[in-house]
Amino acid sequence: MTDNFAAVGLLLAFAIGLPIVVMAVVHLLAPHKPHKEKLTTYECGNEPIGRAWIGFKSNYFLYAIVFTAFDVETIFLYPWALTFRKLGTFAFVEMFIFMIILIVGFWYAWKEGALEWM
Amino acid sequence: MDALNNIFVNIAAYIRGLFADSHSLSADLAINIIVFIMLFLIMVVAALFLSLVERKFAHWVSQRSGPNRLGPHGWFQFIADAVKMLGKEDIYPANVDLFLFKIAPMMLVGITLMAYGVIPFGKGMVAINLDLGIFYFLAVSSISTLALLMAGWASNNKFSLLGGFRAVAQMISYEIPLLFSLLGVIMITQTFNLSSIVEAQKTIPFIFLQPLAFLIYLIAGIAETNRAPFDQVQGEQEIVAGPFTEYSGLRWGLFMLAEYGNVVATSAIAVSMFLGGWYGPGFLPGWLWFILKIWLVIFIMMWVRWTFVRMRVDHLMHFAWKILLPLSLANIFLTGLGIYIYQLFIPRIGG
Repeated sequence: MTDNFAAVGLLLAFAIGLPIVVMAVVHLLAPHKPHKEKLTTYECGNEPIGRAWIGFKSNYFLYAIVFTAFDVETIFLYPWALTFRKLGTFAFVEMFIFMIILIVGFWYAWKEGALEWM
Repeated sequence: MDALNNIFVNIAAYIRGLFADSHSLSADLAINIIVFIMLFLIMVVAALFLSLVERKFAHWVSQRSGPNRLGPHGWFQFIADAVKMLGKEDIYPANVDLFLFKIAPMMLVGITLMAYGVIPFGKGMVAINLDLGIFYFLAVSSISTLALLMAGWASNNKFSLLGGFRAVAQMISYEIPLLFSLLGVIMITQTFNLSSIVEAQKTIPFIFLQPLAFLIYLIAGIAETNRAPFDQVQGEQEIVAGPFTEYSGLRWGLFMLAEYGNVVATSAIAVSMFLGGWYGPGFLPGWLWFILKIWLVIFIMMWVRWTFVRMRVDHLMHFAWKILLPLSLANIFLTGLGIYIYQLFIPRIGG
Protein backbone atom coordinates (compact mmCIF):
# COMPACT_ATOMS: atom_id res chain seq x y z
CA MET A 1 0.00 0.00 0.00
CA THR A 2 2.10 2.90 -1.22
CA ASP A 3 -0.45 5.44 -2.30
CA ASN A 4 1.33 8.32 -3.90
CA PHE A 5 -0.68 11.18 -2.44
CA ALA A 6 2.15 13.65 -2.96
CA ALA A 7 1.52 13.23 -6.69
CA VAL A 8 -2.19 13.80 -6.09
CA GLY A 9 -1.30 17.04 -4.32
CA LEU A 10 0.84 18.08 -7.27
CA LEU A 11 -2.01 17.25 -9.65
CA LEU A 12 -4.29 19.39 -7.49
CA ALA A 13 -1.83 22.27 -7.83
CA PHE A 14 -1.91 21.78 -11.61
CA ALA A 15 -5.71 21.56 -11.59
CA ILE A 16 -5.85 24.93 -9.84
CA GLY A 17 -2.98 26.51 -11.73
CA LEU A 18 -3.56 25.55 -15.38
CA PRO A 19 -7.05 27.11 -15.72
CA ILE A 20 -5.66 30.30 -14.13
CA VAL A 21 -2.85 30.33 -16.70
CA VAL A 22 -5.37 29.81 -19.51
CA MET A 23 -7.57 32.65 -18.28
CA ALA A 24 -4.50 34.89 -17.90
CA VAL A 25 -3.69 34.26 -21.56
CA VAL A 26 -7.26 35.20 -22.49
CA HIS A 27 -6.95 38.33 -20.35
CA LEU A 28 -3.94 39.34 -22.44
CA LEU A 29 -5.39 38.42 -25.85
CA ALA A 30 -9.07 39.27 -25.65
CA PRO A 31 -10.51 42.77 -25.97
CA HIS A 32 -12.29 44.25 -22.98
CA LYS A 33 -14.87 46.89 -23.85
CA PRO A 34 -17.81 46.63 -21.47
CA HIS A 35 -20.80 48.94 -21.69
CA LYS A 36 -24.09 49.05 -19.89
CA GLU A 37 -26.25 47.12 -22.38
CA LYS A 38 -23.67 44.40 -22.76
CA LEU A 39 -23.57 43.77 -19.03
CA THR A 40 -27.29 43.31 -18.45
CA THR A 41 -28.69 39.91 -17.50
CA TYR A 42 -29.91 37.91 -20.48
CA GLU A 43 -33.64 37.32 -20.30
CA CYS A 44 -34.73 36.90 -23.93
CA GLY A 45 -34.44 40.63 -24.59
CA ASN A 46 -36.70 41.85 -21.79
CA GLU A 47 -35.65 43.80 -18.74
CA PRO A 48 -35.17 41.23 -15.93
CA ILE A 49 -38.26 41.14 -13.70
CA GLY A 50 -37.80 40.36 -10.01
CA ARG A 51 -34.90 38.70 -8.32
CA ALA A 52 -33.17 35.59 -9.58
CA TRP A 53 -31.75 34.58 -6.22
CA ILE A 54 -34.83 32.91 -4.79
CA GLY A 55 -35.64 29.88 -2.66
CA PHE A 56 -36.07 26.51 -4.33
CA LYS A 57 -38.82 23.93 -4.33
CA SER A 58 -38.79 21.37 -1.53
CA ASN A 59 -38.74 18.57 -4.14
CA TYR A 60 -35.05 19.08 -4.62
CA PHE A 61 -34.56 18.78 -0.88
CA LEU A 62 -36.38 15.44 -0.70
CA TYR A 63 -34.20 14.03 -3.46
CA ALA A 64 -31.15 15.31 -1.62
CA ILE A 65 -32.18 13.50 1.58
CA VAL A 66 -32.66 10.17 -0.21
CA PHE A 67 -29.38 10.76 -2.04
CA THR A 68 -27.54 11.33 1.24
CA ALA A 69 -28.82 8.05 2.65
CA PHE A 70 -27.64 6.14 -0.40
CA ASP A 71 -24.36 8.00 -0.63
CA VAL A 72 -23.53 7.06 2.95
CA GLU A 73 -24.46 3.50 2.10
CA THR A 74 -21.99 3.66 -0.77
CA ILE A 75 -19.21 4.56 1.66
CA PHE A 76 -20.03 1.40 3.60
CA LEU A 77 -20.49 -0.77 0.53
CA TYR A 78 -17.19 0.02 -1.19
CA PRO A 79 -14.89 -1.32 1.56
CA TRP A 80 -17.28 -4.26 1.96
CA ALA A 81 -17.02 -5.07 -1.74
CA LEU A 82 -13.24 -4.74 -1.53
CA THR A 83 -12.94 -7.52 1.07
CA PHE A 84 -16.04 -9.41 0.03
CA ARG A 85 -14.36 -12.70 -0.81
CA LYS A 86 -12.27 -12.83 2.37
CA LEU A 87 -15.08 -12.09 4.80
CA GLY A 88 -17.07 -15.29 4.57
CA THR A 89 -20.73 -16.05 5.11
CA PHE A 90 -21.31 -13.84 8.15
CA ALA A 91 -20.38 -10.54 6.51
CA PHE A 92 -22.16 -11.62 3.35
CA VAL A 93 -25.48 -12.08 5.15
CA GLU A 94 -24.92 -9.08 7.41
CA MET A 95 -24.39 -6.64 4.57
CA PHE A 96 -27.44 -7.86 2.74
CA ILE A 97 -29.49 -7.34 5.92
CA PHE A 98 -28.07 -3.78 6.04
CA MET A 99 -29.06 -3.25 2.44
CA ILE A 100 -32.54 -4.65 3.05
CA ILE A 101 -33.06 -2.15 5.90
CA LEU A 102 -32.07 0.63 3.52
CA ILE A 103 -34.35 -0.72 0.82
CA VAL A 104 -37.23 -0.63 3.32
CA GLY A 105 -36.43 3.06 3.87
CA PHE A 106 -36.29 3.56 0.14
CA TRP A 107 -39.65 1.83 -0.26
CA TYR A 108 -41.09 4.17 2.40
CA ALA A 109 -39.76 7.26 0.59
CA TRP A 110 -41.22 5.90 -2.63
CA LYS A 111 -44.62 5.23 -0.99
CA GLU A 112 -44.74 8.69 0.59
CA GLY A 113 -44.11 10.27 -2.80
CA ALA A 114 -40.67 11.75 -2.13
CA LEU A 115 -39.59 10.50 -5.55
CA GLU A 116 -42.45 12.15 -7.43
CA TRP A 117 -41.52 15.21 -9.45
CA MET A 118 -44.19 17.88 -9.07
CA MET B 1 5.68 -4.70 -31.51
CA ASP B 2 7.04 -4.86 -27.98
CA ALA B 3 8.98 -1.63 -28.54
CA LEU B 4 5.85 0.08 -29.84
CA ASN B 5 3.85 -1.31 -26.95
CA ASN B 6 6.19 0.14 -24.35
CA ILE B 7 7.15 3.31 -26.19
CA PHE B 8 5.76 5.71 -23.58
CA VAL B 9 7.05 3.66 -20.65
CA ASN B 10 10.52 3.65 -22.28
CA ILE B 11 10.41 7.41 -22.87
CA ALA B 12 9.60 7.91 -19.18
CA ALA B 13 12.43 5.57 -18.21
CA TYR B 14 14.80 7.50 -20.50
CA ILE B 15 13.87 10.83 -18.89
CA ARG B 16 14.41 9.27 -15.48
CA GLY B 17 17.82 8.06 -16.69
CA LEU B 18 18.90 11.64 -17.35
CA PHE B 19 18.98 12.25 -13.62
CA ALA B 20 21.91 11.14 -11.50
CA ASP B 21 19.67 9.12 -9.22
CA SER B 22 16.72 7.86 -11.28
CA HIS B 23 14.45 7.54 -8.24
CA SER B 24 15.32 10.83 -6.58
CA LEU B 25 12.70 13.42 -5.74
CA SER B 26 13.69 15.67 -8.64
CA ALA B 27 13.30 12.81 -11.14
CA ASP B 28 9.86 11.99 -9.76
CA LEU B 29 8.92 15.66 -9.86
CA ALA B 30 10.07 16.09 -13.46
CA ILE B 31 8.20 12.98 -14.62
CA ASN B 32 5.05 14.03 -12.82
CA ILE B 33 5.12 17.56 -14.23
CA ILE B 34 5.59 16.27 -17.78
CA VAL B 35 2.84 13.68 -17.34
CA PHE B 36 0.36 16.17 -15.89
CA ILE B 37 0.96 18.68 -18.68
CA MET B 38 0.51 15.81 -21.15
CA LEU B 39 -2.79 14.92 -19.45
CA PHE B 40 -3.98 18.51 -19.81
CA LEU B 41 -2.99 18.58 -23.48
CA ILE B 42 -4.73 15.23 -24.07
CA MET B 43 -7.84 16.66 -22.47
CA VAL B 44 -7.76 19.88 -24.52
CA VAL B 45 -7.05 18.19 -27.84
CA ALA B 46 -9.59 15.42 -27.22
CA ALA B 47 -12.24 17.99 -26.26
CA LEU B 48 -11.58 20.21 -29.29
CA PHE B 49 -11.56 17.26 -31.64
CA LEU B 50 -14.68 15.75 -30.06
CA SER B 51 -16.59 19.02 -30.47
CA LEU B 52 -15.87 18.73 -34.19
CA VAL B 53 -16.64 15.01 -34.37
CA GLU B 54 -19.93 15.66 -32.60
CA ARG B 55 -20.99 18.15 -35.27
CA LYS B 56 -19.79 15.81 -37.99
CA PHE B 57 -21.83 13.03 -36.42
CA ALA B 58 -24.88 15.30 -36.35
CA HIS B 59 -24.27 15.94 -40.04
CA TRP B 60 -24.20 12.22 -40.81
CA VAL B 61 -27.19 11.34 -38.66
CA SER B 62 -29.60 14.18 -39.24
CA GLN B 63 -28.75 15.26 -42.79
CA ARG B 64 -27.51 18.74 -42.05
CA SER B 65 -24.41 20.38 -43.47
CA GLY B 66 -22.14 20.52 -40.46
CA PRO B 67 -18.74 22.18 -40.61
CA ASN B 68 -17.55 21.83 -44.22
CA ARG B 69 -15.47 24.89 -45.07
CA LEU B 70 -12.12 24.80 -43.33
CA GLY B 71 -9.68 22.22 -44.63
CA PRO B 72 -10.71 18.94 -46.29
CA HIS B 73 -14.41 18.42 -45.47
CA GLY B 74 -14.12 20.89 -42.61
CA TRP B 75 -11.76 18.74 -40.53
CA PHE B 76 -9.66 21.76 -39.45
CA GLN B 77 -12.64 23.57 -37.97
CA PHE B 78 -11.63 22.76 -34.39
CA ILE B 79 -8.38 24.75 -34.72
CA ALA B 80 -10.34 27.79 -35.86
CA ASP B 81 -12.75 27.32 -32.95
CA ALA B 82 -9.90 27.28 -30.46
CA VAL B 83 -8.29 30.41 -31.89
CA LYS B 84 -11.61 32.24 -32.07
CA MET B 85 -12.44 31.38 -28.48
CA LEU B 86 -9.07 32.62 -27.21
CA GLY B 87 -9.67 36.02 -28.78
CA LYS B 88 -13.22 36.55 -27.56
CA GLU B 89 -14.18 39.04 -24.91
CA ASP B 90 -14.65 37.67 -21.42
CA ILE B 91 -17.96 39.28 -20.41
CA TYR B 92 -19.21 39.17 -16.86
CA PRO B 93 -22.60 40.83 -16.39
CA ALA B 94 -23.02 43.64 -13.87
CA ASN B 95 -25.05 41.86 -11.20
CA VAL B 96 -23.36 38.46 -10.99
CA ASP B 97 -21.61 37.07 -7.93
CA LEU B 98 -18.23 37.80 -9.46
CA PHE B 99 -16.01 35.41 -7.49
CA LEU B 100 -18.21 32.32 -7.94
CA PHE B 101 -18.96 33.30 -11.53
CA LYS B 102 -15.29 33.44 -12.37
CA ILE B 103 -14.08 30.30 -10.63
CA ALA B 104 -16.97 27.92 -11.54
CA PRO B 105 -15.71 26.97 -15.05
CA MET B 106 -12.09 26.89 -13.89
CA MET B 107 -13.05 24.58 -11.05
CA LEU B 108 -14.93 22.27 -13.42
CA VAL B 109 -11.89 21.98 -15.68
CA GLY B 110 -9.63 21.37 -12.69
CA ILE B 111 -11.87 18.59 -11.43
CA THR B 112 -11.88 16.94 -14.84
CA LEU B 113 -8.09 17.14 -15.01
CA MET B 114 -7.83 15.56 -11.56
CA ALA B 115 -10.06 12.69 -12.65
CA TYR B 116 -7.62 11.97 -15.50
CA GLY B 117 -4.85 11.21 -13.01
CA VAL B 118 -5.84 7.58 -12.42
CA ILE B 119 -6.83 6.49 -15.94
CA PRO B 120 -4.57 3.63 -17.09
CA PHE B 121 -3.85 4.36 -20.75
CA GLY B 122 -1.72 1.24 -21.09
CA LYS B 123 0.43 -1.20 -19.15
CA GLY B 124 2.36 0.98 -16.69
CA MET B 125 0.96 4.11 -18.33
CA VAL B 126 -0.99 5.62 -15.47
CA ALA B 127 -0.15 9.08 -14.17
CA ILE B 128 -0.68 8.25 -10.50
CA ASN B 129 -0.87 4.55 -9.69
CA LEU B 130 -3.26 4.88 -6.76
CA ASP B 131 -4.48 1.80 -4.90
CA LEU B 132 -7.57 3.89 -4.26
CA GLY B 133 -8.01 4.36 -8.08
CA ILE B 134 -11.70 4.03 -8.86
CA PHE B 135 -12.78 5.39 -5.48
CA TYR B 136 -10.62 8.48 -6.06
CA PHE B 137 -12.13 8.90 -9.52
CA LEU B 138 -15.70 8.73 -8.21
CA ALA B 139 -14.95 11.05 -5.30
CA VAL B 140 -13.32 13.67 -7.49
CA SER B 141 -15.79 13.56 -10.36
CA SER B 142 -18.78 13.95 -8.03
CA ILE B 143 -17.57 17.46 -7.11
CA SER B 144 -18.47 18.65 -10.61
CA THR B 145 -22.10 18.91 -9.46
CA LEU B 146 -21.00 21.70 -7.15
CA ALA B 147 -19.31 23.63 -9.96
CA LEU B 148 -22.48 23.56 -12.07
CA LEU B 149 -24.57 24.76 -9.13
CA MET B 150 -22.04 27.54 -8.52
CA ALA B 151 -22.30 28.63 -12.14
CA GLY B 152 -26.09 28.56 -12.01
CA TRP B 153 -26.35 30.48 -8.76
CA ALA B 154 -23.64 33.05 -9.45
CA SER B 155 -25.08 34.07 -12.83
CA ASN B 156 -28.06 35.78 -11.15
CA ASN B 157 -30.25 34.71 -14.03
CA LYS B 158 -33.46 32.71 -13.74
CA PHE B 159 -32.54 30.36 -16.56
CA SER B 160 -29.15 29.72 -15.02
CA LEU B 161 -30.61 29.11 -11.59
CA LEU B 162 -33.13 26.58 -12.96
CA GLY B 163 -30.35 24.91 -14.87
CA GLY B 164 -28.19 24.72 -11.78
CA PHE B 165 -31.00 23.15 -9.74
CA ARG B 166 -31.71 20.67 -12.48
CA ALA B 167 -28.02 19.82 -12.68
CA VAL B 168 -27.91 19.00 -8.98
CA ALA B 169 -31.15 16.99 -9.03
CA GLN B 170 -30.11 15.00 -12.09
CA MET B 171 -26.48 14.44 -11.23
CA ILE B 172 -27.06 13.27 -7.66
CA SER B 173 -29.86 10.98 -8.83
CA TYR B 174 -27.74 9.29 -11.48
CA GLU B 175 -24.69 9.13 -9.27
CA ILE B 176 -26.22 6.39 -7.10
CA PRO B 177 -26.79 3.85 -9.92
CA LEU B 178 -23.36 4.78 -11.30
CA LEU B 179 -21.65 4.05 -7.99
CA PHE B 180 -23.58 0.83 -7.44
CA SER B 181 -23.01 -0.48 -10.96
CA LEU B 182 -19.23 -0.46 -10.41
CA LEU B 183 -19.54 -2.44 -7.16
CA GLY B 184 -20.02 -5.72 -9.01
CA VAL B 185 -16.64 -5.42 -10.71
CA ILE B 186 -14.93 -4.55 -7.41
CA MET B 187 -16.54 -7.57 -5.76
CA ILE B 188 -14.99 -9.78 -8.43
CA THR B 189 -11.53 -8.19 -8.57
CA GLN B 190 -11.14 -7.27 -4.87
CA THR B 191 -9.18 -4.11 -5.68
CA PHE B 192 -9.74 -0.41 -6.36
CA ASN B 193 -6.55 -0.10 -8.41
CA LEU B 194 -7.57 0.48 -12.03
CA SER B 195 -4.43 -1.14 -13.48
CA SER B 196 -5.09 -4.29 -11.43
CA ILE B 197 -8.72 -4.29 -12.52
CA VAL B 198 -7.62 -4.17 -16.16
CA GLU B 199 -5.09 -6.96 -15.55
CA ALA B 200 -7.86 -9.10 -14.06
CA GLN B 201 -9.61 -8.88 -17.45
CA LYS B 202 -6.81 -10.55 -19.39
CA THR B 203 -8.89 -13.64 -20.10
CA ILE B 204 -12.40 -12.24 -20.19
CA PRO B 205 -13.62 -8.61 -20.18
CA PHE B 206 -16.08 -7.96 -17.38
CA ILE B 207 -18.81 -6.88 -19.81
CA PHE B 208 -19.53 -10.60 -20.21
CA LEU B 209 -19.75 -11.15 -16.45
CA GLN B 210 -21.54 -7.85 -15.69
CA PRO B 211 -23.61 -6.95 -18.76
CA LEU B 212 -26.35 -5.30 -16.68
CA ALA B 213 -23.80 -3.24 -14.76
CA PHE B 214 -22.23 -2.03 -18.00
CA LEU B 215 -25.61 -0.93 -19.33
CA ILE B 216 -26.42 0.91 -16.09
CA TYR B 217 -22.98 2.52 -16.04
CA LEU B 218 -23.32 3.71 -19.63
CA ILE B 219 -26.77 5.22 -19.08
CA ALA B 220 -25.79 6.85 -15.79
CA GLY B 221 -22.53 8.03 -17.34
CA ILE B 222 -24.37 9.75 -20.17
CA ALA B 223 -26.61 11.40 -17.58
CA GLU B 224 -23.64 12.43 -15.43
CA THR B 225 -22.03 14.18 -18.38
CA ASN B 226 -25.35 15.97 -19.10
CA ARG B 227 -25.66 14.78 -22.66
CA ALA B 228 -28.85 14.12 -24.60
CA PRO B 229 -31.25 12.39 -23.96
CA PHE B 230 -30.44 13.56 -20.42
CA ASP B 231 -29.52 17.16 -21.23
CA GLN B 232 -32.23 18.71 -19.04
CA VAL B 233 -29.49 20.87 -17.55
CA GLN B 234 -28.96 22.78 -20.77
CA GLY B 235 -32.38 22.20 -22.35
CA GLU B 236 -32.00 24.83 -25.09
CA GLN B 237 -35.69 25.12 -25.83
CA GLU B 238 -36.70 25.86 -22.24
CA ILE B 239 -33.85 27.48 -20.34
CA VAL B 240 -31.57 28.83 -23.11
CA ALA B 241 -28.33 27.14 -22.01
CA GLY B 242 -28.91 26.40 -18.34
CA PRO B 243 -26.00 27.36 -16.11
CA PHE B 244 -23.96 28.52 -19.12
CA THR B 245 -26.41 31.23 -20.26
CA GLU B 246 -24.38 34.19 -19.02
CA TYR B 247 -20.98 32.81 -20.00
CA SER B 248 -19.12 33.85 -23.11
CA GLY B 249 -15.73 33.53 -24.70
CA LEU B 250 -13.27 31.08 -23.24
CA ARG B 251 -15.04 30.88 -19.91
CA TRP B 252 -17.88 29.20 -21.80
CA GLY B 253 -15.24 27.26 -23.72
CA LEU B 254 -13.93 25.89 -20.42
CA PHE B 255 -17.37 24.45 -19.73
CA MET B 256 -17.35 22.72 -23.11
CA LEU B 257 -13.80 21.54 -22.45
CA ALA B 258 -14.89 20.04 -19.15
CA GLU B 259 -17.96 18.43 -20.71
CA TYR B 260 -16.00 16.68 -23.45
CA GLY B 261 -13.20 15.94 -21.03
CA ASN B 262 -15.75 14.24 -18.81
CA VAL B 263 -17.07 12.27 -21.77
CA VAL B 264 -13.57 10.95 -22.42
CA ALA B 265 -12.97 10.21 -18.72
CA THR B 266 -16.31 8.39 -18.35
CA SER B 267 -15.58 6.32 -21.45
CA ALA B 268 -12.08 5.56 -20.20
CA ILE B 269 -13.47 4.25 -16.92
CA ALA B 270 -16.05 2.19 -18.83
CA VAL B 271 -13.22 0.74 -20.92
CA SER B 272 -10.98 -0.09 -17.98
CA MET B 273 -13.80 -1.44 -15.80
CA PHE B 274 -15.78 -3.43 -18.37
CA LEU B 275 -14.12 -3.64 -21.78
CA GLY B 276 -10.74 -5.06 -20.88
CA GLY B 277 -8.64 -1.89 -20.97
CA TRP B 278 -5.49 -2.21 -23.04
CA TYR B 279 -5.92 -5.93 -23.83
CA GLY B 280 -6.73 -6.82 -27.42
CA PRO B 281 -5.43 -8.84 -30.37
CA GLY B 282 -1.66 -8.50 -30.65
CA PHE B 283 -1.37 -6.64 -33.96
CA LEU B 284 -1.85 -3.23 -32.34
CA PRO B 285 -0.08 -1.78 -29.27
CA GLY B 286 -2.02 -1.82 -26.01
CA TRP B 287 -2.47 1.94 -25.65
CA LEU B 288 -3.91 2.10 -29.16
CA TRP B 289 -6.46 -0.56 -28.22
CA PHE B 290 -7.36 1.53 -25.19
CA ILE B 291 -7.90 4.64 -27.35
CA LEU B 292 -9.90 2.68 -29.93
CA LYS B 293 -12.15 1.28 -27.19
CA ILE B 294 -12.66 4.79 -25.81
CA TRP B 295 -13.70 5.87 -29.29
CA LEU B 296 -16.13 2.96 -29.47
CA VAL B 297 -17.82 4.04 -26.22
CA ILE B 298 -17.88 7.69 -27.35
CA PHE B 299 -19.37 6.56 -30.65
CA ILE B 300 -22.18 4.80 -28.76
CA MET B 301 -22.73 7.90 -26.63
CA MET B 302 -22.99 10.12 -29.72
CA TRP B 303 -25.23 7.62 -31.44
CA VAL B 304 -27.56 7.72 -28.44
CA ARG B 305 -27.37 11.50 -28.34
CA TRP B 306 -28.46 12.03 -31.93
CA THR B 307 -31.04 9.22 -31.91
CA PHE B 308 -33.18 9.82 -28.83
CA VAL B 309 -35.21 12.91 -27.97
CA ARG B 310 -34.75 14.65 -24.64
CA MET B 311 -36.50 12.94 -21.72
CA ARG B 312 -39.16 14.80 -19.78
CA VAL B 313 -37.82 15.92 -16.42
CA ASP B 314 -40.16 13.78 -14.28
CA HIS B 315 -39.49 10.73 -16.45
CA LEU B 316 -35.81 11.43 -16.04
CA MET B 317 -35.99 11.32 -12.25
CA HIS B 318 -38.31 8.27 -12.26
CA PHE B 319 -35.89 6.45 -14.53
CA ALA B 320 -33.01 7.02 -12.12
CA TRP B 321 -34.76 6.21 -8.85
CA LYS B 322 -37.36 3.64 -9.83
CA ILE B 323 -35.65 1.68 -12.59
CA LEU B 324 -31.88 2.10 -12.53
CA LEU B 325 -31.44 2.07 -8.74
CA PRO B 326 -33.42 -1.18 -8.09
CA LEU B 327 -31.68 -2.77 -11.08
CA SER B 328 -28.23 -1.84 -9.79
CA LEU B 329 -29.11 -3.16 -6.31
CA ALA B 330 -30.32 -6.40 -7.90
CA ASN B 331 -27.01 -6.55 -9.77
CA ILE B 332 -25.09 -6.37 -6.48
CA PHE B 333 -27.27 -9.14 -5.00
CA LEU B 334 -26.82 -11.36 -8.04
CA THR B 335 -23.06 -10.77 -8.19
CA GLY B 336 -22.70 -11.53 -4.49
CA LEU B 337 -24.76 -14.68 -4.82
CA GLY B 338 -22.82 -15.73 -7.92
CA ILE B 339 -19.43 -15.29 -6.25
CA TYR B 340 -20.67 -17.06 -3.13
CA ILE B 341 -21.90 -20.09 -5.04
CA TYR B 342 -18.73 -20.09 -7.15
CA GLN B 343 -16.54 -20.12 -4.05
CA LEU B 344 -18.69 -22.81 -2.45
CA PHE B 345 -18.36 -25.25 -5.32
CA ILE B 346 -15.19 -24.51 -7.27
CA PRO B 347 -12.69 -25.40 -4.48
CA ARG B 348 -14.47 -28.72 -3.94
CA ILE B 349 -14.40 -29.60 -7.62
CA GLY B 350 -10.82 -28.38 -7.95
CA GLY B 351 -9.51 -29.99 -4.76
